[in-house]
Amino acid sequence: MSPETMTLFSPRLAARLDALVQKYPVKRSALIPMLLYAQDEVGYLSDAVISEVAERIGITELDVRNVATYYSMLRFKPAGKFNIQVCTNISCMLRGGYEVYERFQEELGIGHKGVTADGVFSLEEVECIGACCWAPAIQVNYDFHDELKPELVRGILDGYRFQAEGKAPHA
Amino acid sequence: MPRLVSHPDEVKIVSSRFGKGAANIDRYVELGGYASARKCIEQGPDWIINEMKAANLRGRGGAGFSAGMKWSFVPKQSAKPKYVLVNGDESEPGTCKDHLIFLHDPHAVIEGTIIAGLAIGAKTGFIYLRGEYRYLLEIMEKAVADAYAKGFLGKNIFGSENEFQVITQTGAGAYEVGEESALMESLEGKRGVPRIKPPFPAVVGLYGGPTIINNAETIATVPHVIEMGAEAYAAVGTVRNGGTRLFGISGHVERPGVYELPMGYNLKKMVYEVAGGVRGGRKLKAVVPGGSSTPVLLPEEIDIGMDFDQVGKAGSMLGSGGVVVLDDQTCIVEFALRTISFYQHESCGWCIPCREGTDWIKKSLTRFHAGFGEAKDIDNIQYLAENMLGRTFCPLGDAAAMPTLAFVKKFRKEFEDHLNGKPCPFAKHVELAVI
Amino acid sequence: MADVTFTVDGKILTAPAGTLLIDACRKAGIEIPAFCYYPGLSLQAACRMCVVRQEKVPKLQTACTTTVAEGQVFITESAEIAQARKATIQLLLGNHPLDCPVCDAGGECELQDMTFKYGAGESLYSEAKQHREEQQWSPAVFYDRPRCILCYRCIRMCGEGMDVWALGVQNRGVNSVIAPNGGDQLDCEQCGMCIDVCPVGALTSGSYRYKTRPWEMNHVSTVCTHCADGCKVTLGVRQVNGGAEIVRADNRDKSGINGDFLCAKGRFGFDFVENPERLTTPLIRNAQGKLEPATWERALRFAGEKLKEIRDSKGGTAIGVVGSNRTTNEENYLLQKFARTVLHTNNIDHERSTDYPAFALALAGHAGKTAGLGDIAAAPAILLVGGNPTEEHPLLAWTLRTSVRLNRARLYVANSKAIKLDRQARLTQELPPDGYKDLAAFLDLGEADFSKAVLAEESLVVVFGQECRGPAVADLVAWGLKRPNVRFAYLGDQANSRGAADMGLFPDLLPGYVPVTEPGGFAEYPGLPATPGKSLPAQFAAAATGELSAMLVVGANPVLGLGVSAEALKNTFVIVQDLFLTETAALADVVFTAVSLYEKSGTVTNTFGDVQMVKKAADRAGVKSDFEILVRLADAMGADIKTLVPFGKGGVLADLGQSRGAQAGEADRHSVWLAANNLEPRLSPFDPLAVLDEIERLVPGYKLDRINLLSGNPAHTELNLTPGFVPISALDGSDLAVPTHDGLFTSGTLGRYSPALNELEQHQTHEVAAPAGD
Ligand SMILES: Cc1cc2nc3c(=O)[nH]c(=O)nc-3n(C[C@H](O)[C@H](O)[C@H](O)COP(=O)(O)O)c2cc1C
Ligand code: SF4
Ligand code: FES
Repeated sequence: MSPETMTLFSPRLAARLDALVQKYPVKRSALIPMLLYAQDEVGYLSDAVISEVAERIGITELDVRNVATYYSMLRFKPAGKFNIQVCTNISCMLRGGYEVYERFQEELGIGHKGVTADGVFSLEEVECIGACCWAPAIQVNYDFHDELKPELVRGILDGYRFQAEGKAPHA
Repeated sequence: MPRLVSHPDEVKIVSSRFGKGAANIDRYVELGGYASARKCIEQGPDWIINEMKAANLRGRGGAGFSAGMKWSFVPKQSAKPKYVLVNGDESEPGTCKDHLIFLHDPHAVIEGTIIAGLAIGAKTGFIYLRGEYRYLLEIMEKAVADAYAKGFLGKNIFGSENEFQVITQTGAGAYEVGEESALMESLEGKRGVPRIKPPFPAVVGLYGGPTIINNAETIATVPHVIEMGAEAYAAVGTVRNGGTRLFGISGHVERPGVYELPMGYNLKKMVYEVAGGVRGGRKLKAVVPGGSSTPVLLPEEIDIGMDFDQVGKAGSMLGSGGVVVLDDQTCIVEFALRTISFYQHESCGWCIPCREGTDWIKKSLTRFHAGFGEAKDIDNIQYLAENMLGRTFCPLGDAAAMPTLAFVKKFRKEFEDHLNGKPCPFAKHVELAVI
Repeated sequence: MADVTFTVDGKILTAPAGTLLIDACRKAGIEIPAFCYYPGLSLQAACRMCVVRQEKVPKLQTACTTTVAEGQVFITESAEIAQARKATIQLLLGNHPLDCPVCDAGGECELQDMTFKYGAGESLYSEAKQHREEQQWSPAVFYDRPRCILCYRCIRMCGEGMDVWALGVQNRGVNSVIAPNGGDQLDCEQCGMCIDVCPVGALTSGSYRYKTRPWEMNHVSTVCTHCADGCKVTLGVRQVNGGAEIVRADNRDKSGINGDFLCAKGRFGFDFVENPERLTTPLIRNAQGKLEPATWERALRFAGEKLKEIRDSKGGTAIGVVGSNRTTNEENYLLQKFARTVLHTNNIDHERSTDYPAFALALAGHAGKTAGLGDIAAAPAILLVGGNPTEEHPLLAWTLRTSVRLNRARLYVANSKAIKLDRQARLTQELPPDGYKDLAAFLDLGEADFSKAVLAEESLVVVFGQECRGPAVADLVAWGLKRPNVRFAYLGDQANSRGAADMGLFPDLLPGYVPVTEPGGFAEYPGLPATPGKSLPAQFAAAATGELSAMLVVGANPVLGLGVSAEALKNTFVIVQDLFLTETAALADVVFTAVSLYEKSGTVTNTFGDVQMVKKAADRAGVKSDFEILVRLADAMGADIKTLVPFGKGGVLADLGQSRGAQAGEADRHSVWLAANNLEPRLSPFDPLAVLDEIERLVPGYKLDRINLLSGNPAHTELNLTPGFVPISALDGSDLAVPTHDGLFTSGTLGRYSPALNELEQHQTHEVAAPAGD
């Protein structure tokens, strides 16, 4: 994308995306990381994000949507600043994943794909996140927390609440 | 930080550098790293492939295909560039071994990729990590950058004539993308739908060029094979099953964790000795030996050596080496439901038997588990699974059907006990949240 | 590829190595079921219906992806295979709404047929089905997700077949849906091909939805009345009070020159026929100057007497005739014959859009140099000069795309603007807007890559648009004639523009571009005037000065095109034959209510010179074909009908044969018998085939392959004349061609009366916000 083109993204991200399309033998290979990085910054894949990504890759918006809707980490509505993803798959389930998930629901007062009113947290039940031997495990955004117990839930939330207060809430 | 475990029976080859700071390139070199790659540059492709064949290193991704054989299928001459593709999509429930490799020994993956590239004449390698492994991707990216800085990657690697580039890539949440052809689609920026085979990737793969695809553990093992010598490596394991494997033991055991054990290590021993036995002294109910897609084994079936052939003979599969242990308080219906829910969620939707079959089995089991089952449901579930088996476009359909069939067949009585509103004596979650 | 021999169900078959098993089997009459497989589109292997057993292979194999090789052995039907297919159908039906009784596809649904065949009647599931509301994506296309079996045919047809790429698949697994490019709207060419290939009722047509059940229709194959490509179209017709109405248009049997294809106009633009503005009784201008309904008898008598009076008092030169680009060849032929032999005038012309005479002139003396559509489809290389086939010749565009995609044909595009077909072109050459005349010289220079590549082609079809006229046509054709294996096609615009020209609707040319001054075989016309008449603009100019006392306008609307005022026609007696009260009809003294191409029989010639049969599909009270109107008008003038329409010629009147009892209605046998006994089969003056006989006899280039024609195939005609024939010398040289440049949803005056086309145009220009994603 030429430098004078308007972009939705921060200069840092825009520069990163510019580099990303150069990285692969074929431009389109940049699509999935680009969507993920854009989501990390914007919070979700808005129509405007999809449109800019389509333009950067040189494919149609339909094509972008075809791909984006396939991948479960990509979302089309805003999530909380901290998206809590609780694995309940077999290994986690056997070691109390559902209890942890329920505790998060109680603490936050939201269910699957819910977002707290203040926009700080969202909650999701997810499939195996590759931490089975340290189950039950969760991811908050990209951070792993493993070997959890329901009793640990409040402390984790407090830690993130503290972080959230330090910085401006998510747009 | 995932906890590292150890046990005296372990033979640490792939995990030999875990916990030793080897993500730092200097440390990795200090520990003997990149010597194998240098050696391979001297020895040339034919030698590498012969070593690999002799090592009996079978793919750690699930199917257990001989890595050396796979590499030898790549045509020597090709109009299109050839590629090495490292499968770090690790998404099979019960499996978290590649996680540790990326975390503790990223350079082993790079070095293995270089060697694979030398073997088949590729100039580019891709390392694909599942989207959830962002922190590991960052570790890998740093390792790649360091390797470039040292001249281990780039135009003239290790000062030789050989060029090799490594490109990292991230997924964004899709189990099916671990299937090799779907992986290529995803890497090309498309929906993770598998491709028609033939042509096989070794002939027409990524961007149309010949491509070998190996699991991250397979690749990380390669430098060790070269270092030890094929014979020594093969000798660690059993016939046709060379070396060691990272077994991830999870579920109801005292000491869950990733253990590196020789191929053919006894499963019963693995559960009772290595992992410390069933948690809280409970009785063993069942073991899923190789990740969620492998048919469950009963306690009386686990006195077997954990290699591809022996587990196969026992009616299951070694798969990705994820051993999931279930104690006697586990509700099999719930476990079966959670398993099929995963495959229903992850079915790419391309072909009818898998797309619709996983959905109907999930729906039926949900109702069944909630206490509204009917006698015919058990047969119906079995019928659906039987009719998915072997009929789908890619093996995900089988991965969903096989464990389902095993649960229904081996635990039919428990299914029957669930009938007609009888509460499950074990399950606390009568209504499973639906993803 | 070399042939290989393999065994299927015990039968030994042979096919070229690498043929798909499903194709090889279908060729041999072994039907293998498939939802996702569609010939010519990329392979999916998604539906798993085509599973077969291959000897020595552990799993069932999909016949749609298995390529045949020497010695293979297959079983395509067995208990195991039937069970696999049955299970697949059971799975599909699990979520299927089973609303067959109200589904448009009911009765012609592949899922229904398969369920019937493999029996998946009983339901295995007691859970609720997933319901989703039906969506309207455009005036033409509706999507009903629960009926969708996700075969992806629509996506591939839209993308690979149409190069539009307006459909995609979104979400994953059981939540997968087909999605249009405009969010909830479909921004595309609205061709409806997606509906056509849908094996079930998931995609339905806005114009056909809930109208009827398939088995209540009769199906009549005829030729589309819109552009000049001449697609075969099958009209679904239902009996109603006062006639038969068209409820659907498609290309059911895919046997026409269009193969799989039909565009928006062919598929949806038939509804002008039922437009409430359609005229149903003749009109006569009354004393107050208003048009009022009249009976056919009165209107014919009135018009006939008036024409006779003018002819007899002022001579034929006081009468002008304008013909049509949409009426049949027989009607056009009859019109000029009527003008020349009954009215005694050469004042005949039509709204010329294409300089076919220049083309004929350029080709004169060179046999076999025009390319029919089939020749274009088979050509290894095509040079497309000017034009925008995607918009103006959808079938040609389809043919070129398909040929490039499947036959690796090489397409070269020389155009002054960028066109969509550039995407299929091997090379493109931009020309200045007036650069077409210099193209031949540019190619001969052989300097540019484009010229080099074109010159290197050993066999080439040159297809050129209406940008080329007069000398530009002559130069381009002369360039090609110097080279071996070059053939030509010229892109005209309406359904029978080519036929109008070929049938001599010119003031100076008789049918087959024979000069009126040297009439050759046409010398047999009684009273043929020897001097050229007036062109269309000259006729209106003459009318304005009072020089022209009467005009007969058949199926044309020149008043709109030329901007003629009522004042200018004040002193001219104007007769119009048309379907609607067009700008021209509104100024007429007598209006005869005519039928459309879908309500008559005869032949038309597409712009490539392919003649096809037109069959009567719809019917309504109060209207007559132009053919019949002309015959009756001639009769009202007291002309000898037998001379005009050579029916019952030769004096031997046939025995009509048995009209009752066991042999009744066996017209075909009867006509065979008549021909065998050398008796005249044409018994009615309203039988257009009587005129077709004369066309074949007199019009150069129109020697038709009757068997082919009558069996519904095209018969190619030649523009060039027998070698040594005197070339056209009588053209007055002025360029009167005004291309209509109809787009995907317009079709001259006729198109304005199609609500469906208007709605589509509206949808594309107003409702689809974002520009097309290409
Ligand atoms: C549905 C499905 C998911 C898979 N997921 C993975 C995966 O996450 N990681 C992996 O290495 N292989 C996975 N595989 C296996 C790969 O297709 C492929 O066989 C493997 O990466 C080859 O590497 P290997 O020979 O080193 O095992 C999967 C296969 C299927 C059918
Ligand atoms: S079996 Fe079919 S639907 Fe399932 S993941 Fe493979 S291709 Fe997709
Ligand atoms: S099952 Fe929860 S991380 Fe694998």
